[in-house]
Amino acid sequence: MAKLNLALYWAAACGGCDVAVLDVNEKILDIAAVANIVLWPVALDHKYADVAKMAPGSIDLCLFNGAIRNSENEQIARMLREKSQVLVAFGSCAISGGIPALANLKDRDDILRRVYLETPSTVNPDGVLPQTGCPTPVGDLHLPEFYDFVYSLDQVVEVDYYVPGCPPTPQRIWEVVQAVVSGNLPPRGATVGALDKSLCDECQRVKRDKKIKRFYRSHEIITDPELCLLEQGLLCMGPVTRGGCGTQCINANMPCRGCYGPLPGVTDQGAKYLSSIGAIMDARTPEEVDEIMQGIVDPAGTFYRFGMSTSLLKGAVKQ
Amino acid sequence: MVDFEPKIIGFLCNWCSYAGADLAGVSRLQYPANLRVVRVMCSGRVDPTFVFKALSQGADGVLIAGCHPGDCHYTEGNYNTLKRYPLMMQMLEQFGVERERVRMEWISAAEGTIYADVVREFTETIRQLGPYKRRLVKGRDQVG
Repeated sequence: MAKLNLALYWAAACGGCDVAVLDVNEKILDIAAVANIVLWPVALDHKYADVAKMAPGSIDLCLFNGAIRNSENEQIARMLREKSQVLVAFGSCAISGGIPALANLKDRDDILRRVYLETPSTVNPDGVLPQTGCPTPVGDLHLPEFYDFVYSLDQVVEVDYYVPGCPPTPQRIWEVVQAVVSGNLPPRGATVGALDKSLCDECQRVKRDKKIKRFYRSHEIITDPELCLLEQGLLCMGPVTRGGCGTQCINANMPCRGCYGPLPGVTDQGAKYLSSIGAIMDARTPEEVDEIMQGIVDPAGTFYRFGMSTSLLKGAVKQ
Repeated sequence: MVDFEPKIIGFLCNWCSYAGADLAGVSRLQYPANLRVVRVMCSGRVDPTFVFKALSQGADGVLIAGCHPGDCHYTEGNYNTLKRYPLMMQMLEQFGVERERVRMEWISAAEGTIYADVVREFTETIRQLGPYKRRLVKGRDQVG
């Protein structure tokens, strides 16, 4: 059998998804045995120009991680879409914006002003802001354009499969590669490597009645390792998040942050979580609700930690 | 702005507020026609998703109305509304939505006049605020 052509790309991402690919450990040799890697910026020195010369559809599988934040991200996304038979939105950022998309609570001008003018560690007396072009004696320099909005990959190009996680677990990555090698692919548009049931379904902790008097941030409480974290007052996103991650955070006494995304049939993970949190507060009067809410410092940032780009409201607007 | 007619979505509970609206109607009370009513079985059924979806699809304001606390047909349903609402407002503020745009009211089946007053007052508030500006995300062919 001819070797597969495999591309891995990072757009607006932290690099954790690429590290997760390396975390398949010695299996990376098995991947190398079945696939030629044609692009992998984090690990190998390929050039965009080489990929641009390839025929359309000549890449068998592209694992694309990261959100679309600037024109370079978009340009490469379009190129890889054209060259790839199977384009996978790999990880939370590519699927729904991830952490970078929290910036959608601000706009481009807010962000540039804060970063290049206001931060105490910045010295910028001339108020220089990033430009897309700059003439120099040795020729023009170009930088990608910084967009006003952080997009998910499927808001820019068509996506064949979704592999959620921040990052996806190595076991799931291996399963995806195997599925492509064997040609045993699910229907297009499917979410691969996650369960259709919530995280609570695979969580082993003891669950009782959910009545919460006070919410804690994780540094404010030493939790009981056996009991449901939500019942102990930690904002655990388990009830509204797909399982399949192996409850790694829960096992480490940390609440679920929601990286595997909303359950099938749920449009807006944050709104759903808001709904469930509201219902389990142990309060009868607006005053009691106010007091309990003191423990929830940043609802938008917490409930949409990984899903701002694809949320219903998309981000903040100045009215 | 003079020509601006607010679009308001009202989620009214079947047992109290919807009956209150009905009473306002049979009593021939006059109130603006800007509020589009969606009847739900209980105000506790109003998932914040409904409110966000209304705003994201062109509503300028949303009203959630249910039975007074203690009067819920399902005993507890409207307490869920009471608890969700402040948290939802805190979150909406982070999204740049003004507090006045989303309103919660307790309106019983006997309070037709209150219903008409609320609709009149709320429509005026939204008219003053102006249209709700959504965060527009361009389509596949024109990001940036």
